[in-house]
Amino acid sequence: MPNSSPDPNADRKAWMSLLAKAPSADLAQLWSAVPVPPHTVLRAPEVGGIMARGRAGAVGAPFNLGEMTVTRSSIKLSDGTVGHAYVQGRDKGHALSAALIDALMQTDAAAQMDRTILTPLRDAMLLRTATRAAKAAATKVDFFTMVRGED
Amino acid sequence: MRTQALEGGFANAPIDAAHAFRAVMNAMARPGTIEQVRGAQLPVLSIAAGVVLLTLCDPETPVYLTPSHDTQDVRDWIAFHTGAPICAPADAAFALGDWDQMPLAAFPLGSAEYPDRSTTLIVKVPTLSKDGATLRGPGIERSAALNLPDLQTFQANAQLFPRGLDFIFTCDDRLAGLPRTTRVS
Repeated sequence: MPNSSPDPNADRKAWMSLLAKAPSADLAQLWSAVPVPPHTVLRAPEVGGIMARGRAGAVGAPFNLGEMTVTRSSIKLSDGTVGHAYVQGRDKGHALSAALIDALMQTDAAAQMDRTILTPLRDAMLLRTATRAAKAAATKVDFFTMVRGED
Repeated sequence: MRTQALEGGFANAPIDAAHAFRAVMNAMARPGTIEQVRGAQLPVLSIAAGVVLLTLCDPETPVYLTPSHDTQDVRDWIAFHTGAPICAPADAAFALGDWDQMPLAAFPLGSAEYPDRSTTLIVKVPTLSKDGATLRGPGIERSAALNLPDLQTFQANAQLFPRGLDFIFTCDDRLAGLPRTTRVS
Protein backbone atom coordinates (compact mmCIF):
# COMPACT_ATOMS: atom_id res chain seq x y z
CA MET A 1 0.00 0.00 0.00
CA PRO A 2 1.52 3.40 -0.92
CA ASN A 3 2.29 5.54 2.10
CA SER A 4 3.44 8.84 0.63
CA SER A 5 3.29 11.12 3.68
CA PRO A 6 3.03 10.35 7.40
CA ASP A 7 -0.43 10.94 8.84
CA PRO A 8 -0.44 14.30 10.67
CA ASN A 9 -3.23 13.02 12.92
CA ALA A 10 -1.56 9.73 13.79
CA ASP A 11 -0.94 10.67 17.44
CA ARG A 12 -4.48 11.85 17.97
CA LYS A 13 -5.86 8.74 16.26
CA ALA A 14 -3.77 6.60 18.60
CA TRP A 15 -5.06 8.15 21.81
CA MET A 16 -8.66 8.33 20.57
CA SER A 17 -8.46 4.65 19.62
CA LEU A 18 -7.02 3.78 23.04
CA LEU A 19 -9.79 5.72 24.84
CA ALA A 20 -12.46 4.13 22.63
CA LYS A 21 -11.35 0.59 23.38
CA ALA A 22 -10.42 0.99 27.06
CA PRO A 23 -12.76 -0.67 29.58
CA SER A 24 -15.01 2.09 30.95
CA ALA A 25 -14.39 1.02 34.58
CA ASP A 26 -10.61 1.41 34.19
CA LEU A 27 -10.99 4.85 32.60
CA ALA A 28 -13.51 5.98 35.23
CA GLN A 29 -11.10 5.00 38.00
CA LEU A 30 -8.15 6.87 36.45
CA TRP A 31 -10.30 9.88 35.49
CA SER A 32 -11.69 10.25 39.04
CA ALA A 33 -8.23 11.32 40.21
CA VAL A 34 -8.16 14.25 37.73
CA PRO A 35 -10.01 17.51 38.45
CA VAL A 36 -12.61 18.07 35.71
CA PRO A 37 -11.64 21.19 33.72
CA PRO A 38 -14.29 23.87 33.01
CA HIS A 39 -16.00 23.00 29.74
CA THR A 40 -19.21 23.31 27.72
CA VAL A 41 -20.90 20.31 26.16
CA LEU A 42 -21.30 20.66 22.38
CA ARG A 43 -22.89 17.26 21.91
CA ALA A 44 -24.26 15.56 25.00
CA PRO A 45 -23.31 11.86 25.14
CA GLU A 46 -25.66 9.87 22.91
CA VAL A 47 -25.84 6.15 22.24
CA GLY A 48 -26.11 4.78 18.72
CA GLY A 49 -25.08 1.94 16.47
CA ILE A 50 -22.40 1.71 13.81
CA MET A 51 -21.49 -0.92 11.26
CA ALA A 52 -18.00 -2.21 11.94
CA ARG A 53 -16.26 -3.16 8.70
CA GLY A 54 -13.28 -5.39 8.14
CA ARG A 55 -10.97 -6.76 5.48
CA ALA A 56 -9.92 -10.40 5.38
CA GLY A 57 -6.23 -10.43 6.28
CA ALA A 58 -6.41 -6.63 6.33
CA VAL A 59 -5.94 -6.55 2.53
CA GLY A 60 -9.10 -8.13 1.06
CA ALA A 61 -12.28 -6.43 -0.07
CA PRO A 62 -14.13 -4.68 2.79
CA PHE A 63 -17.10 -6.55 4.25
CA ASN A 64 -19.59 -5.76 7.01
CA LEU A 65 -18.36 -7.48 10.15
CA GLY A 66 -21.36 -6.58 12.30
CA GLU A 67 -23.06 -3.81 14.18
CA MET A 68 -21.79 -2.49 17.47
CA THR A 69 -23.04 -0.02 20.04
CA VAL A 70 -21.07 3.20 20.38
CA THR A 71 -21.52 6.34 22.45
CA ARG A 72 -20.31 9.68 21.15
CA SER A 73 -19.79 13.08 22.70
CA SER A 74 -18.14 16.43 21.95
CA ILE A 75 -17.05 19.11 24.39
CA LYS A 76 -15.25 22.46 24.32
CA LEU A 77 -12.83 23.57 27.01
CA SER A 78 -12.97 27.15 28.29
CA ASP A 79 -9.92 28.01 26.13
CA GLY A 80 -11.77 26.90 22.97
CA THR A 81 -10.12 23.51 22.45
CA VAL A 82 -12.62 20.98 21.11
CA GLY A 83 -12.56 17.31 22.05
CA HIS A 84 -14.50 14.48 20.40
CA ALA A 85 -15.04 10.90 21.43
CA TYR A 86 -16.63 7.78 19.97
CA VAL A 87 -16.33 4.93 22.47
CA GLN A 88 -17.58 1.37 22.46
CA GLY A 89 -20.51 0.46 24.68
CA ARG A 90 -23.27 2.61 26.17
CA ASP A 91 -21.46 4.26 29.08
CA LYS A 92 -22.14 8.00 28.72
CA GLY A 93 -19.60 8.91 31.40
CA HIS A 94 -16.97 7.04 29.39
CA ALA A 95 -17.74 9.09 26.26
CA LEU A 96 -17.70 12.40 28.13
CA SER A 97 -14.40 11.73 29.92
CA ALA A 98 -12.83 10.46 26.67
CA ALA A 99 -13.87 13.70 24.92
CA LEU A 100 -12.39 15.76 27.77
CA ILE A 101 -9.14 13.79 27.63
CA ASP A 102 -9.02 14.25 23.84
CA ALA A 103 -9.31 18.02 24.34
CA LEU A 104 -6.76 18.09 27.18
CA MET A 105 -4.30 16.10 25.05
CA GLN A 106 -4.26 19.06 22.63
CA THR A 107 -3.32 21.50 25.40
CA ASP A 108 -0.35 21.95 27.74
CA ALA A 109 -1.80 19.28 30.00
CA ALA A 110 -0.95 16.60 27.41
CA ALA A 111 2.16 15.27 29.19
CA GLN A 112 0.32 14.94 32.49
CA MET A 113 -2.69 13.28 30.82
CA ASP A 114 -0.41 10.87 29.02
CA ARG A 115 1.34 9.95 32.26
CA THR A 116 -1.68 9.61 34.54
CA ILE A 117 -4.28 8.15 32.18
CA LEU A 118 -3.07 7.00 28.78
CA THR A 119 0.05 5.11 29.90
CA PRO A 120 -1.79 2.96 32.51
CA LEU A 121 -4.53 2.24 29.96
CA ARG A 122 -1.97 1.33 27.31
CA ASP A 123 -0.07 -0.94 29.71
CA ALA A 124 -3.29 -2.66 30.75
CA MET A 125 -4.27 -3.20 27.13
CA LEU A 126 -0.86 -4.65 26.20
CA LEU A 127 -1.05 -6.95 29.24
CA ARG A 128 -4.52 -8.13 28.21
CA THR A 129 -3.33 -8.76 24.65
CA ALA A 130 -0.26 -10.64 25.86
CA THR A 131 -2.30 -12.76 28.32
CA ARG A 132 -4.79 -13.66 25.63
CA ALA A 133 -2.02 -14.50 23.17
CA ALA A 134 -0.28 -16.67 25.79
CA LYS A 135 -3.49 -18.54 26.55
CA ALA A 136 -4.06 -19.10 22.86
CA ALA A 137 -0.45 -20.21 22.38
CA ALA A 138 -0.85 -22.83 25.14
CA THR A 139 -3.55 -24.56 23.12
CA LYS A 140 -1.45 -24.72 19.96
CA VAL A 141 -1.10 -28.16 18.47
CA ASP A 142 1.86 -29.05 16.24
CA PHE A 143 1.25 -31.63 13.58
CA PHE A 144 4.06 -33.84 12.38
CA THR A 145 3.85 -35.90 9.26
CA MET A 146 4.82 -39.42 10.08
CA VAL A 147 7.38 -40.78 7.67
CA ARG A 148 5.76 -43.57 5.79
CA GLY A 149 7.77 -46.42 4.41
CA GLU A 150 7.34 -45.58 0.78
CA ASP A 151 10.48 -46.97 -0.67
CA MET B 1 -13.71 22.84 10.77
CA ARG B 2 -14.14 25.95 12.85
CA THR B 3 -15.46 25.69 16.40
CA GLN B 4 -18.40 27.91 15.45
CA ALA B 5 -19.90 25.10 13.40
CA LEU B 6 -19.96 22.80 16.42
CA GLU B 7 -22.04 25.11 18.60
CA GLY B 8 -25.70 25.99 18.76
CA GLY B 9 -27.26 22.56 19.12
CA PHE B 10 -30.03 21.75 21.59
CA ALA B 11 -28.74 22.05 25.16
CA ASN B 12 -31.09 19.32 26.36
CA ALA B 13 -31.77 17.41 23.16
CA PRO B 14 -34.67 15.09 24.12
CA ILE B 15 -36.80 17.83 25.73
CA ASP B 16 -35.86 20.70 23.40
CA ALA B 17 -36.45 18.52 20.33
CA ALA B 18 -39.87 17.44 21.65
CA HIS B 19 -40.91 21.08 22.21
CA ALA B 20 -39.59 22.06 18.79
CA PHE B 21 -41.34 19.15 17.07
CA ARG B 22 -44.63 20.10 18.68
CA ALA B 23 -44.20 23.70 17.53
CA VAL B 24 -43.47 22.65 13.93
CA MET B 25 -46.36 20.15 13.98
CA ASN B 26 -48.81 22.77 15.30
CA ALA B 27 -47.64 25.32 12.74
CA MET B 28 -48.28 22.80 9.94
CA ALA B 29 -51.58 21.54 11.40
CA ARG B 30 -52.99 25.04 11.90
CA PRO B 31 -51.80 27.24 9.04
CA GLY B 32 -51.79 30.89 10.03
CA THR B 33 -50.61 30.34 13.59
CA ILE B 34 -47.16 31.69 14.43
CA GLU B 35 -45.14 29.52 16.81
CA GLN B 36 -42.20 30.68 18.85
CA VAL B 37 -39.28 28.27 19.22
CA ARG B 38 -35.96 28.28 21.02
CA GLY B 39 -32.88 26.11 21.42
CA ALA B 40 -30.64 26.54 18.38
CA GLN B 41 -28.28 29.48 18.05
CA LEU B 42 -26.31 29.92 14.85
CA PRO B 43 -24.01 32.56 13.46
CA VAL B 44 -25.65 32.56 10.02
CA LEU B 45 -29.12 31.04 10.26
CA SER B 46 -32.08 32.24 12.27
CA ILE B 47 -33.02 30.42 15.47
CA ALA B 48 -36.22 29.09 13.91
CA ALA B 49 -34.44 27.75 10.81
CA GLY B 50 -31.84 26.05 12.99
CA VAL B 51 -34.50 24.50 15.22
CA VAL B 52 -36.40 23.13 12.21
CA LEU B 53 -33.22 21.57 10.80
CA LEU B 54 -32.29 20.04 14.17
CA THR B 55 -35.78 18.63 14.59
CA LEU B 56 -36.56 17.28 11.12
CA CYS B 57 -33.24 16.53 9.39
CA ASP B 58 -31.08 13.43 9.65
CA PRO B 59 -28.72 11.49 7.32
CA GLU B 60 -31.70 10.29 5.24
CA THR B 61 -33.07 13.74 4.36
CA PRO B 62 -30.99 15.56 1.73
CA VAL B 63 -31.03 19.33 2.12
CA TYR B 64 -30.76 21.93 -0.64
CA LEU B 65 -29.25 25.31 0.25
CA THR B 66 -29.95 28.42 -1.81
CA PRO B 67 -26.82 30.36 -2.88
CA SER B 68 -27.26 32.91 -0.06
CA HIS B 69 -27.17 30.10 2.52
CA ASP B 70 -24.65 27.81 0.83
CA THR B 71 -21.60 28.72 2.91
CA GLN B 72 -19.01 26.50 4.53
CA ASP B 73 -20.26 27.50 8.00
CA VAL B 74 -23.80 26.36 7.23
CA ARG B 75 -22.61 23.13 5.58
CA ASP B 76 -20.37 22.32 8.57
CA TRP B 77 -23.14 23.11 11.02
CA ILE B 78 -25.65 20.88 9.24
CA ALA B 79 -23.07 18.09 8.90
CA PHE B 80 -22.14 18.09 12.58
CA HIS B 81 -25.58 18.53 14.09
CA THR B 82 -27.85 16.60 11.71
CA GLY B 83 -25.63 14.57 9.36
CA ALA B 84 -27.92 15.53 6.46
CA PRO B 85 -26.26 15.50 3.02
CA ILE B 86 -26.33 18.66 0.87
CA CYS B 87 -27.87 18.00 -2.55
CA ALA B 88 -29.29 19.45 -5.77
CA PRO B 89 -32.92 20.72 -5.78
CA ALA B 90 -34.18 17.61 -7.62
CA ASP B 91 -33.14 15.31 -4.74
CA ALA B 92 -34.08 17.59 -1.86
CA ALA B 93 -36.28 16.49 1.03
CA PHE B 94 -35.77 19.93 2.55
CA ALA B 95 -34.69 23.25 1.08
CA LEU B 96 -33.38 26.13 3.10
CA GLY B 97 -32.95 29.72 2.05
CA ASP B 98 -34.44 32.97 0.80
CA TRP B 99 -37.70 33.00 -1.12
CA ASP B 100 -36.46 34.75 -4.28
CA GLN B 101 -33.63 32.22 -4.71
CA MET B 102 -35.77 29.07 -4.45
CA PRO B 103 -35.77 27.12 -7.76
CA LEU B 104 -39.42 26.14 -7.25
CA ALA B 105 -39.80 24.30 -10.56
CA ALA B 106 -36.84 22.01 -9.80
CA PHE B 107 -38.13 20.51 -6.55
CA PRO B 108 -39.80 17.08 -6.54
CA LEU B 109 -43.60 17.34 -6.01
CA GLY B 110 -44.12 13.71 -5.03
CA SER B 111 -46.21 11.27 -7.02
CA ALA B 112 -49.86 10.26 -6.71
CA GLU B 113 -48.73 6.99 -5.07
CA TYR B 114 -46.13 8.66 -2.83
CA PRO B 115 -47.16 12.30 -2.25
CA ASP B 116 -44.74 12.40 0.72
CA ARG B 117 -41.76 12.30 -1.65
CA SER B 118 -41.79 16.05 -2.13
CA THR B 119 -39.73 18.90 -0.74
CA THR B 120 -40.48 20.90 2.38
CA LEU B 121 -39.18 24.44 1.94
CA ILE B 122 -37.80 26.28 4.96
CA VAL B 123 -38.10 29.86 3.77
CA LYS B 124 -36.48 32.80 5.47
CA VAL B 125 -38.79 35.84 5.41
CA PRO B 126 -38.03 39.34 6.72
CA THR B 127 -41.28 39.63 8.67
CA LEU B 128 -43.97 37.26 9.86
CA SER B 129 -47.38 38.65 10.78
CA LYS B 130 -51.03 37.67 10.74
CA ASP B 131 -52.12 39.90 7.90
CA GLY B 132 -52.04 39.83 4.13
CA ALA B 133 -53.18 36.70 2.31
CA THR B 134 -56.32 34.87 3.45
CA LEU B 135 -55.90 31.17 4.20
CA ARG B 136 -58.66 28.57 4.09
CA GLY B 137 -58.63 24.81 4.35
CA PRO B 138 -57.96 21.94 6.80
CA GLY B 139 -56.87 23.13 10.24
CA ILE B 140 -58.50 26.54 9.85
CA GLU B 141 -61.98 27.09 11.31
CA ARG B 142 -63.13 29.90 9.00
CA SER B 143 -60.15 31.78 7.66
CA ALA B 144 -56.70 32.83 8.80
CA ALA B 145 -54.24 35.44 7.57
CA LEU B 146 -50.51 35.36 7.00
CA ASN B 147 -48.14 37.65 5.12
CA LEU B 148 -46.93 35.50 2.22
CA PRO B 149 -44.13 36.46 -0.16
CA ASP B 150 -46.26 35.44 -3.17
CA LEU B 151 -49.84 34.42 -4.00
CA GLN B 152 -49.90 32.71 -7.38
CA THR B 153 -47.23 30.16 -6.46
CA PHE B 154 -49.22 28.97 -3.46
CA GLN B 155 -52.51 28.91 -5.41
CA ALA B 156 -50.89 26.78 -8.12
CA ASN B 157 -49.29 24.55 -5.49
CA ALA B 158 -52.64 23.87 -3.79
CA GLN B 159 -54.12 22.85 -7.17
CA LEU B 160 -51.66 19.97 -7.40
CA PHE B 161 -53.04 18.18 -4.31
CA PRO B 162 -52.25 15.43 -3.27
CA ARG B 163 -48.89 16.35 -4.80
CA GLY B 164 -47.16 19.64 -4.02
CA LEU B 165 -44.69 21.42 -1.82
CA ASP B 166 -45.00 22.29 1.86
CA PHE B 167 -43.63 25.51 3.31
CA ILE B 168 -42.28 26.60 6.68
CA PHE B 169 -41.65 30.33 6.98
CA THR B 170 -39.05 31.36 9.52
CA CYS B 171 -38.27 34.79 10.89
CA ASP B 172 -35.88 35.14 13.82
CA ASP B 173 -37.28 32.76 16.48
CA ARG B 174 -40.79 32.45 15.01
CA LEU B 175 -42.18 30.13 12.38
CA ALA B 176 -45.41 29.48 10.48
CA GLY B 177 -46.46 26.64 8.23
CA LEU B 178 -48.25 26.48 4.91
CA PRO B 179 -49.06 22.92 3.83
CA ARG B 180 -50.21 22.05 0.30
CA THR B 181 -53.81 21.65 1.53
CA THR B 182 -54.23 25.34 2.32
CA ARG B 183 -56.10 27.47 -0.22
CA VAL B 184 -54.73 30.97 -0.51
CA SER B 185 -56.53 34.07 -1.74
